[in-house]
Amino acid sequence: MKFGRFYILLVPILLLISSEVKATNECFEKTSRAIFKFNSGFDNLILEPVAKGYNKLPEPIKNGTSNFTSNIATLLSIPNLLVQGEMKSAGDATASFLINTTIGIIGFANPAEKLGLKAQKEDVGQTLGTYGFGPGCYFVLPILGPTTARDSIGLIADSFVDPFAHITWRENELFGVSGQKLDYFAVKGTTAIDFRADNDSNFESLEKNSIDLYASFKSLYLQNRENKINNSSEGTDDWGNLDN
Amino acid sequence: MKKLSLILILFFLIFQISLANTYSTDPKIFIDELVKDAINNLSDKNTTKDEKKKFIEKIAVENVDINALGLYTLGDLRKTTDKENLIQYQKTFKNYFLKSLTSRLSDYSSNKFEVIDAEKKSANYTMVKSKILESENQPEIKIDWRIYTKNPEKPLIRDLIVEGLSLARTQKEEFSSILNSNNNDIKILISKLEEFNSN
Repeated sequence: MKFGRFYILLVPILLLISSEVKATNECFEKTSRAIFKFNSGFDNLILEPVAKGYNKLPEPIKNGTSNFTSNIATLLSIPNLLVQGEMKSAGDATASFLINTTIGIIGFANPAEKLGLKAQKEDVGQTLGTYGFGPGCYFVLPILGPTTARDSIGLIADSFVDPFAHITWRENELFGVSGQKLDYFAVKGTTAIDFRADNDSNFESLEKNSIDLYASFKSLYLQNRENKINNSSEGTDDWGNLDN
Repeated sequence: MKKLSLILILFFLIFQISLANTYSTDPKIFIDELVKDAINNLSDKNTTKDEKKKFIEKIAVENVDINALGLYTLGDLRKTTDKENLIQYQKTFKNYFLKSLTSRLSDYSSNKFEVIDAEKKSANYTMVKSKILESENQPEIKIDWRIYTKNPEKPLIRDLIVEGLSLARTQKEEFSSILNSNNNDIKILISKLEEFNSN
């Protein structure tokens, strides 16, 4: 078991530190494509029908659920913003969490946003990115989906940094609050369903219009991560002097 | 006299038709006019699906730099591909682009759209920043438009960046993946595009 954990940590680290590895490079494309196929099947059978059902719920319930999961995600953002040196954003995120958890009835409402406090989502992968760590190579994880060497290390580190994971996944007590592993899965599962439901028409359009869906998802994932690390939605300009 | 009035009427009609499809040359106003025109047409319940398709194709052909987009999505291969294959690719890409665009937009329902700002990046490019306003079913969506302004009299759209995700870059990377796994054989890419177009 200990060896298993060791390899889970070692493999992404080795992939990350391999020289000149770019995100466009694949770690093991054939395996990733097979996992992507499995994930698509999982999506078709479970996630998509659940997301479609979720989309039929009354708007206040959907909004409340989305607010609730976003508020919990803020707990992971706060330490990351601090490590990134984004003190103002860390302050805003902390205030947002406190206001939404109390006045916003454990996060179901989002009064903080009305006060101009918008908590940006940060994770360890992004923090490593801001410190200059490249993405490393790209691969796909079962159920969890696209990732890179850096982001997979970040994913593991998230479970140590995230106070919510500390009290649920690790079943520790923090400020007198404790939880169970089931709470962790419930929140993460709901977050995934909320995201899938929000993007239902985008997924459909992508599936309908892609001639290589795997490559489309890869491109979108990498662009999204780049933007999150740079806190920008400008994207890269590689058009150069392309004239007709 | 009758001949003269007939010429005048014809001139007036032609002028009206050309005027109806011409948007401003200012990139910011160009996008505002084009999108609002598109929203009006696509959300009109009296317009049939076929009419909507024709409308989308028409505005795309006139206002999107499909040729440049095709070349961009081909990446470096555009520099080494022979002319014959390149022409074939451009032709197939145009059909692919129009088909996927109509598929994405035909079911469009009315949303409020607002142009926020425009930033001149270089002599050839202006980025127009816009947003689709928040509605009951969806949050606010930011859309940036890469406008090619080499000919200031005819601005052309080269890319749409939706919430930071470039559609042109996504397409380019999708094609690159196909080419990489097929020894950079453009004929395979063309055949895949043709397959999509015929479905």
